[in-house]
Amino acid sequence: MTGSVTLAASVPELILSIGAMLLLLVAGWRGDEASRGISWAAVALFVAASVSLIGAPSHAGIAYGGLYRADAFAGFAKLLIYIASAVSIMLAPGWFSRTGAMRAEYPVLILLSATGMGIMVSAGDLLTLYVGLELQSLAAYVLASCMRRDLRSAEAGLKYFVLGALASGILLYGISLLYGFTGTTQFSGIHAAIADRGLSTGILFGLVFVFAGLAFKISAVPFHMWTPDVYEGAPTPVTAFFASAPKVAAMALMVRVAVEAMGPATDAWRQIIIFSSLASIVLGAVAAIGQTNIKRLLAYSSINNVGFALIGLAAGTPEGVASVMTYMTVYIAMTLGSFLCIIRMRDLDGAPVESIAALSGLSRSRPGLAAALAMFMFSLAGIPPLFGFYPKLAVFGAATNAGYFWLAVAGAVGSVVGAYYYLKIVKTMYFDEPAPLLASSDDKIEGGLIALSALAISPLGYLAIPVLSAATLTAAKALF
Amino acid sequence: MNQLGFPILTILLAVPTFAAIACLFADAKAARWIALGATLVDFALGILLWVSYQVGGPQWQFVEHIGLFGSFGWSLGIDGIALMLIALSVFLMPICVLASWQAIEKRVPEYMAALLLTEVFMLGVFMAQDLYLFYIFFEAGLIPMYLIIGIWGGADRIYASYKFFLYTLLGSILMLIAMLWMVNFAHTTSIPVLMNTDFPPHVQTWLFLAFFASFAVKMPMWPVHTWLPDAHVQAPTAGSVILAGVLLKMGGYGFIRFSLPMFPEASAQLFWLVMTLSSIGIVYTSLVALVQSDMKKLIAYSSVAHMAFVTFGLFAFNRQGLEGALMVMLGHGIVSGALFLCVGVVYDRLHTREISRYGGVSTNMPRYAMLFLLFTMASVGLPGLSNFPGEFLAMMGTYRASSIAGVIAVTGIITGAAYMLYLYRRVAYGPLDKPDVAAMKDLSPRELLLLVPLALVTIWMGVYPESFMAPMRKDVGVVLARTDRAWKGGDAKVALNAHPTPAHAEGAHE
Repeated sequence: MTGSVTLAASVPELILSIGAMLLLLVAGWRGDEASRGISWAAVALFVAASVSLIGAPSHAGIAYGGLYRADAFAGFAKLLIYIASAVSIMLAPGWFSRTGAMRAEYPVLILLSATGMGIMVSAGDLLTLYVGLELQSLAAYVLASCMRRDLRSAEAGLKYFVLGALASGILLYGISLLYGFTGTTQFSGIHAAIADRGLSTGILFGLVFVFAGLAFKISAVPFHMWTPDVYEGAPTPVTAFFASAPKVAAMALMVRVAVEAMGPATDAWRQIIIFSSLASIVLGAVAAIGQTNIKRLLAYSSINNVGFALIGLAAGTPEGVASVMTYMTVYIAMTLGSFLCIIRMRDLDGAPVESIAALSGLSRSRPGLAAALAMFMFSLAGIPPLFGFYPKLAVFGAATNAGYFWLAVAGAVGSVVGAYYYLKIVKTMYFDEPAPLLASSDDKIEGGLIALSALAISPLGYLAIPVLSAATLTAAKALF
Repeated sequence: MNQLGFPILTILLAVPTFAAIACLFADAKAARWIALGATLVDFALGILLWVSYQVGGPQWQFVEHIGLFGSFGWSLGIDGIALMLIALSVFLMPICVLASWQAIEKRVPEYMAALLLTEVFMLGVFMAQDLYLFYIFFEAGLIPMYLIIGIWGGADRIYASYKFFLYTLLGSILMLIAMLWMVNFAHTTSIPVLMNTDFPPHVQTWLFLAFFASFAVKMPMWPVHTWLPDAHVQAPTAGSVILAGVLLKMGGYGFIRFSLPMFPEASAQLFWLVMTLSSIGIVYTSLVALVQSDMKKLIAYSSVAHMAFVTFGLFAFNRQGLEGALMVMLGHGIVSGALFLCVGVVYDRLHTREISRYGGVSTNMPRYAMLFLLFTMASVGLPGLSNFPGEFLAMMGTYRASSIAGVIAVTGIITGAAYMLYLYRRVAYGPLDKPDVAAMKDLSPRELLLLVPLALVTIWMGVYPESFMAPMRKDVGVVLARTDRAWKGGDAKVALNAHPTPAHAEGAHE
């Protein structure tokens, strides 16, 4: 493969990283007052990167001597990541301007993080995987603590960093074991080694450690502990970002490692995934019930949702992988929509409000916002006719078709438990007496984004199923 | 297309959908009129549907299919059974809107929107010809009903709304997994095709139980009926009417559309389960109804008892039983709706549902007492009124299937008469010694407008049930053709079986 083709395969990463450097310079020279311009420039970069996905980045195949994969799967995951990142940038200025702490580095850090995510989903080698993961994480640690004067934000950043470093260590240990026992770090090489020589104990240990490290990133049980604290402490736009793009990237990475590198050991990792999936569903559902802070509640909700997505992976079939990607697609629309609604919650002094009790009677004071949040809640619970039902149908369908219908049954029962706390939010907004008024907001961008995501998860979303299922199936087939 | 030349089923769904959206942007007065207009348009379309339905024509009529959603599609179509239930729904909806005209004072636009959305989803359930589409409509109905109970309900509304939602959700979600398995097995989501698919008998049992979990809750059958009294009591009058009138019929519809034709072997095998639950249910809930002090709760328990007639009849595996069950569903839809409206009438005046707070209203409210008596008698199963043909046929069918079950079913009639007449005596007769009761005014023209059509249909259904049974006859035959191979015949040695002479019940159907 010639150098130019190889470069062409990584155009989106080049656009984002070079753009991030330039914007960093602008931020250094112009300071925080340029943040609005930098934000829009960053959004433009994401648009450019998304457009560039049409060509080589989704079709070139293996690049950089096997370190890098530019296939339909990576293309699809990157598109989701770029959309989620761009939305995370767009929703920030309004929130930060109200708290007076918008910083020019925010969009730049998101750009860098997204670059790392792009590398993650395109990784063809354990080392590329690690580099991408660290680039994504380092930017994320800084983002979590970007409100320096806020104790909770600093705590969130520190906690995220310490636990993230631990997870990276676990991951690296797993990588070293895999390298030691297979003699290669390339996914294809590991695949071949397991297929030829079978699954030795050393490889199995490596596999377990790698999955543990990745489970931390998708916040699947039992590596979920950081999620509620970080989600609660980080500034809300950053939380929205954490809940969307990195989740997609880590999930896509997990799928790629599971299928491309560990394909012959499917029966071995399936047990891990099934345990992790069911534990996430149950814990995410049960632990959320007692929460009083809406951001913590959504953290448990994301744990819960990751559990459902993992059901699709446990199926281990192309259909299952496609259902995981379907799940993540709809999930980012639901989760970004919910966080957009939370960003709008402020008391009359402009301070952000995060308690669930503050939502009381919202349907009377702010009917539009309440209706949108109620839609997101019902959708997250997977109640038809909202579109959140379809990805659950897809993952349950994949599990059933692969012969794991008891897994689907367990997941389905878990979803009923989960429905309770989503209903609780709706109840608070619709049934309870109004709480003190929340300030009204006229931010057009936020309103537009809420309307857009509400539209996506409304019954009209079902019309997108043919496109979505074709795209996810193409993406999934690229791995097998 | 169909015999009308336009997609009438989609329009039936679209009218209330758009009206619901319009309601959200209207004020209270406009919302009421929009809702009334939309439900009346749907009623007119429903009449048109009934009139143009070809009795004895193709099994599925007014079929529409657009492969909109990839793995499944927008497929609608009705047979005679669905037609009758759609007719029932569109008939009850304008009445529900009128019943809420003054009773609902707060947040009227949202209420009307929720009511209209409930109509969309109910109609969708009866029209869907695609398995997933059916599920979507079946489940979606929970959201507006949850809001109706939770926002406009009584004092204990929040508990009731949660219970309603989670109970039904848990039941249905198991059905979803069974559906996924079926689609994987048969490689189609088309209900008409699946109705003729032979699933392996050992799997049928599991599939049957998964569907049973859903429909038994929806029905509701003892012992999973406990959500119903709570939901009924707390819901506003119109909510109770929809619940009793139509939503409960989804369970019976599910049994006859899915369980019996798709899993005939399992249905025959688990005959004992359904019969046992129905027997316990009819005795237990009738006795419970007898001791209620709350009017709505009494009628709610009577609903559970009546629904036991439906399950008795459906699982009798003969024509009398099935037709009787369907007639009970229709008759009960009308009568229980009317009874809830009757409770609503006095509740609007005195704001209590305690039976002991009333007494002697036949003196000062003669028109009300007369209509209430008519519906009470219909509920008891008096010949000539709507519930009689259904209950009689269902019991006859049950007796042929299992004589013990038949005997137990008959006790339901006796206890039914007891609790309904006891209720009526306490409310309408006796001395008019409570001043606030004596001050109650007789029915207003609006209330007469609600109750008189229901009374007319009650009499029509009792006097000439053939109008309702004719469209369903062929489709009952289709279901029977599926179950006959699995059913070994009942234990009762009825003369009908011994002599193949066309006795009146069977001969009339040929």
